[in-house]
Order: sequence, then structure tokens, then C-alpha cells
Amino acid sequence: MQDRPSVSELLDAVRAFLEEEVVPALEGPRQFHARVAANVLSIVGRELAGEETSLLAEWERLARVLNEASAPPARLEALRAAVRARTAALAERIRRGEADAGPFRAAVRAHVRATVEEKLRVANPRFGKATLDAR
Amino acid sequence: MEAVAIEHLRRLAGGASREMWAFDAVLPGGAVERLVLRRDPPGHQVLSSRRDEFVLLAAAHAAGLRVPRARWCEEDAAVLGSPFFVMDFVAGEALARRLLRDAAYAPARAVLPGQLAEALAGIHALDPRAPGLTFLPRPPAGGTPAAAELTRHEQLYRAVALDPHPALELAFRWLAVAPPAPRAETIVHGDFRVGNVIFGPEGLRAVLDWELAHVGDPLEDVGWLCVRAWRFGADAQPVGGLCQRAEFFAAYERAGGVRVDPVAVRWWEVFGNLKWAIICVMQARSFVDGARSVELASLGRRVAEMELELLELTEA
Repeated sequence: MQDRPSVSELLDAVRAFLEEEVVPALEGPRQFHARVAANVLSIVGRELAGEETSLLAEWERLARVLNEASAPPARLEALRAAVRARTAALAERIRRGEADAGPFRAAVRAHVRATVEEKLRVANPRFGKATLDAR
Repeated sequence: MEAVAIEHLRRLAGGASREMWAFDAVLPGGAVERLVLRRDPPGHQVLSSRRDEFVLLAAAHAAGLRVPRARWCEEDAAVLGSPFFVMDFVAGEALARRLLRDAAYAPARAVLPGQLAEALAGIHALDPRAPGLTFLPRPPAGGTPAAAELTRHEQLYRAVALDPHPALELAFRWLAVAPPAPRAETIVHGDFRVGNVIFGPEGLRAVLDWELAHVGDPLEDVGWLCVRAWRFGADAQPVGGLCQRAEFFAAYERAGGVRVDPVAVRWWEVFGNLKWAIICVMQARSFVDGARSVELASLGRRVAEMELELLELTEA
């Protein structure tokens, strides 16, 4: 295993450097891009912290919606690929109109909403919260 | 021929898809022209022509609309590395967050709903059949503008998508059910929103970013202005973070715009969220294909915002 600082601690150090020292020292497009870069590091930190748990939950939901129960792949990379393949299959069924109405529509929309909310928890937590608060 | 000196060249903020450079041109007699150069960054995915944008800007200026005066256009990439055109510099602010939050722009916030409505009605009053504007994309004969735009964007999406997006597939299905019936076709700006206008404390100064203009349903522009991303967090005011829908619709009709059908505007708002999601997918694809930009990279992760908004808008 690697020594401390951990990945999340290292990311946080770079993000703080960008926000506190680089952004104030720049102006115009460079300052904007430095801010974007700091935000990207925040996204990476949140994704690393929760990716495996999140993918397992998504796998379980997809298994129920598609009625294809099976054990998730053990390794993270294989799990990513498997979730992606099932999501592609779901997208294709929506495209063919299978989720236009009925109980499958409701199940699909619930799953898609949960997945999108999880993407926003990583990409932009404030956006997801603002949406829920407004409902 | 006497030389023109270029001074104070600086890149302007914003513009993920086009570079903008401000500079002063010092003429042989000593007169100074403040100008802006708009250029295609090399290797970009979103294709549009600088010549077309230049010609349309000139037509809008000739019609008395608030736009920068177009000065010249160069399509030969050998000159500056990629095609560009030059227009007058319009002093002012373009950052939406300043407009929507800074106390200094409170007067602008008060008058902008009416001014944007007038500007949009003016754009929609331009003649889409003018001889110089035949290059503008038009809906195919026999098809409605809504159905044509939906098909065109679905093709764009299928060509570039890196990942499956079930939320976008649901939106495609929702939109296919009931596209708005055709009405008299007008020029559509295509990207009319806060963030693409120059303003001062007193209000609107210029409408920019004409690169997505086409001929179609004028209510497309109204729906686009209602897209959540252009509220920049000021979600209580659905139209650009500035006002309520009914207020804007009434101001637009008073300014000579077409009669507003709220159901059609809603369809175009849903379409607009999908279109912005597709543009973000395209930007992410540009990054993955080699365009080195942290901004393009980050836009790929904004798709989820439009996905959630699309689910909200199509729940019923």
C-alpha cells in the first residue's frame, strides 16, 4: 500500500492550492479555467470516495429493472464495464419505446432518477439539492 | 499601404466553443478602433461558419438591432490559423452571475426582461428569405421545425455520445410524442440567453453569439431562454433568472413578437435542456478526441444537471 498522504488528501492539497493561491493570482480566462480545474478536483475526490458503493447500488437497481439478477463482478473495472453494458441495454429498450407507459415506465424512471441523482452527488451536489428543495 | 498597429491584444473570458480576442487597431492617422476578433479554436467539434455568422450580424445591425457592427471576415486558415471575423468592441459586462447578483446591476435586472423581449421580437422580424441569408439552415419542406430540430439533434447525439444516457433517451421519446405544429417561420437566434448579451448597469447593449442561428419556430428562442442553466442559480425567476414566464411572454407579444403558445414554449424548453445536454456531450467528446481544455472536460459532467431537469419537466 501507499504511504500517507492518501489520494483524497493529496487531491485536497492541490485543490486548495489552486483555489487559494492560483485563482487570486490570475485574471480573465486563465482565472476562470483555474477555478474550473479546482472544481474538477473536487469532483474526482467525491467520485473516488463513493464509486464502488455507488456502482454496486446501480447494479442492483439495474438487475431489478431489467429482471436479470446475477452477482456483480468482483473487480471494480469489470463492475464499471458491466454497469455500462446494462445501462446501454436499458437505453436501447427506452429507445424502442418499451418504457413509454405502464409499470416498466415507472420502474425505469425511478432507476434513472436515482442514477442521475448519484451522478449529481459527485458532479454538482448543490444542483441536486436545489432541485429537491424546490419540489 | 500604411501599416495598422495592433495594441492591447487580450483574450476575453468565456466562449468554450469560440475564442474571442479584444484589441485596439491604431490606424495610420492615429485614430484608434476598439475591435473584437472571433475565431474558431483548432480541432473543435461544433461546426459552424464564421462567414455565415458575420453576414447575419451585418444584417441584424442593418435592421437596427442592438448587435456589434461586423467589420470584416477571413476564412483562409493560413492567415491566423483558423477562420475569424472582426467586429466592433462593445464595452460592458457579459457575466451572467454579475448581472443576477451584483447590486450595481439592479437597474439592468429591472429593465432587461422588456429589453430582451424587444430584442427577440426584432430578431424574429428579420426577413428569413432575404437574398443574403440563404445559407441559414432551414427545416426540410413538409416537416415541422420542431420535428426537424429533434431529428437533427438526435443524429448529432448518436454520432458523438461516449456513454449510454437513459435520461436523454426518455427525453427523446417524450419530445417525439407532440412536437409543436408549424407556425410562420422566422430567423431563430439559436442561443439567445443571459450570458450571450453585453449589458451595462442601465441594461442591454448588444446581442452576441449568432453561430447557431437558423430558420424555424420563433418560440424555440423563447423556450431556450427558459432553460434552467440560463438562470445561473436564480431558479425562482424561470426566464433567465430575471422574471416569470407570463411577464416575458406578454412583453414579447407587446414588442411585436408572435403569439406565444405556452404549451409550445414548454416543448421547446424541454428540447432546450436536451440540446444543452447534447452540446455538453459534444464538448466532452471534443476533449476526449484531443482538444486540451479543462473546461471542455468539465462540461461532460454537467450533462447530469440537464438529465435531472428533463426528468422533472417530463414527470407528468
